[in-house]
Amino acid sequence: MQHVLDVRDLAVSFFTYAGEVQAVRGVSWYLDSHETIAIVGESGCGKSVTIQTVMGLLQSPPGRVKAGSVLFDGREMLGLPARELRQMQGNRMSMIFQDPLSYLNPTMRVGEQIAESYILHNHVSRAEARQKVLDMMRLISFPEPERNMYVYPHQLSGGQRQRIMVAMALICGPEVLFADEPTTALDVTIQAQIIELMNELKEKVHTSIVLITHDLGVVANMAQRIYVMYAGQIVERGSARDIFYRPRHPYTWGLLASVPRLDQKQRRNFTFIPGTPPDLLSPPKGCAFAARCPYAMAACASFDPEEAAFEGDGHYARCFLYHKGAEAMLQKAQKERGIEA
Amino acid sequence: MVRYAAKRIVIALLTVFTLATVTFFLSKLLPGDPFMNEKIPVSVQEKQRAYYGLDKPVVQQYFIYMGNLLKGDLGTSIKFVGRSVVDIIREFFPVSARLGLIALFFAEIIGILFGILCAQYRNRWPDYVLMVFAILGIALPSMVVGPLIRYVFGVQLRWLPVGGWGTWQQVIMPAFVLGLGTIAGNTRSMRACMLAVITQDYIKTARAKGMTPFRVVWKHELKNSLVPMLANLGPMIAGVLMGSFVVEQIFVIPGLGKHFVNAVSTLDYPLIMGLTIFYGSFLVVMNLLVDILYGFVDPRIRVK
Repeated sequence: MQHVLDVRDLAVSFFTYAGEVQAVRGVSWYLDSHETIAIVGESGCGKSVTIQTVMGLLQSPPGRVKAGSVLFDGREMLGLPARELRQMQGNRMSMIFQDPLSYLNPTMRVGEQIAESYILHNHVSRAEARQKVLDMMRLISFPEPERNMYVYPHQLSGGQRQRIMVAMALICGPEVLFADEPTTALDVTIQAQIIELMNELKEKVHTSIVLITHDLGVVANMAQRIYVMYAGQIVERGSARDIFYRPRHPYTWGLLASVPRLDQKQRRNFTFIPGTPPDLLSPPKGCAFAARCPYAMAACASFDPEEAAFEGDGHYARCFLYHKGAEAMLQKAQKERGIEA
Repeated sequence: MVRYAAKRIVIALLTVFTLATVTFFLSKLLPGDPFMNEKIPVSVQEKQRAYYGLDKPVVQQYFIYMGNLLKGDLGTSIKFVGRSVVDIIREFFPVSARLGLIALFFAEIIGILFGILCAQYRNRWPDYVLMVFAILGIALPSMVVGPLIRYVFGVQLRWLPVGGWGTWQQVIMPAFVLGLGTIAGNTRSMRACMLAVITQDYIKTARAKGMTPFRVVWKHELKNSLVPMLANLGPMIAGVLMGSFVVEQIFVIPGLGKHFVNAVSTLDYPLIMGLTIFYGSFLVVMNLLVDILYGFVDPRIRVK
């Protein structure tokens, strides 16, 4: 089956006064119809740049796609003429952003903002658009749509604003929805509501979702497959089950250990991964995580590891621990983490 | 809203009162008086002063003037014998207002357009060219630009009349000179306002909807950039009308500005006072209107 979205070896750099920042360094992933995938990683790992590039929103200059291809429904997106790209944006693919307050126009009524892309892509009358907005607002169970379509963003709560963003992104029935940290700016209880809403609408609108987040809790409730990104590369990928229960990459271990858990002893300090991500102005020669990795070996600093395959549905990790000759270190790591070989 | 408006109106009245008081005493501080003339016998001068009540102590004159002002009486001009100040304003202000409004209208539109161009082409040549123009426009006073363009277009090229009032050709040069500062100021502030909006997140949202760049500017960037621009509008209207003092002199236009200048040099006290209060109230009212208008454009600052 053809993938809805197929990203291959994508490399994106930003050319600044300081030099070339290699934000994305050869990333490949795909999205199937009716699927939710998550791209997980800490700030600055290149996950937002990746989806901005796919969506054709990369600021250029300073950004530039250096290599790779993005196939949407079999059609190459990179280098598409601006006019054709605009026909896709907001129509066949759309995006939900992090902070609904700053991503909504403060001087425009919310109903009008929801209607905008519908009018733009479907060339309908205002009356038809109004009806569609009301339908969308009912679909997201927004109270009193007839009245609330005339309010301004600042009159709504954070959760309500994010619902508006969701309605806005889905009004044209896109095949792909990008959600860039959709719950980061919200309260925890509201986060759960938004996740539920997105899961529900995914079925109703028949869309596929690419979720970008650093919050593994959000991922667990939404994604079928997970890509873990670090320093502009995908270091581990696999089904949500594999990533959560059988993680292989030391970075994924660190990420999972950093999630606060309710069943742990109280007053324990938060676990974190020491150190900071490498400077992408001059990425390290070997594995980018080597400097922070507790199990780094001599080879890690000088060679870039290949992907190692594991049992399960397309489970791969980019790590030397699974190469021949690293058994001693792998055993040490597994012993420390209390996992069986 | 009513409370807010009432408060603003009280402050506005106080401002005008203070302005009237300060102007009254300042004009009295100017040396001489309207009747000082070597050719006229001192006894005649004294009679004239008594006729206009100028022989009374200054403080008493002040209270008489303020009393009349409350009744809406701005007095009669000393130099234009038999004509009331209100009468003079009524006759000459329409000329100044028409010139000022024409200048303002084009200056606002051109300034905002230039600002948009600068912001959209930031740090490229259209931006640099317009910024140089804007700096010149702010730096050069109208008494330099006025005679200069009059010499070039009126005397050398003979494209436009050098002065006077009545035909539309006669409006072009004075309106340009009058509006130049406003164009320049608006270009600069519109550029800054729009640059602040362009980097906002909701512009990214608009682009992600697949809008053309033009539509993004028109539907999302423009209105949000104009909000801070509005704050300048009140002072700008007043500024353009005040600026007409100089421009009306240069281009021989029978407006109120010319009379203001003449009133000061001939110490026509009632006319000085009347015109100052008139212009002052005008400025205050404009600012008040802009403040109220502000709320209509930006729903976030609408007073409940």
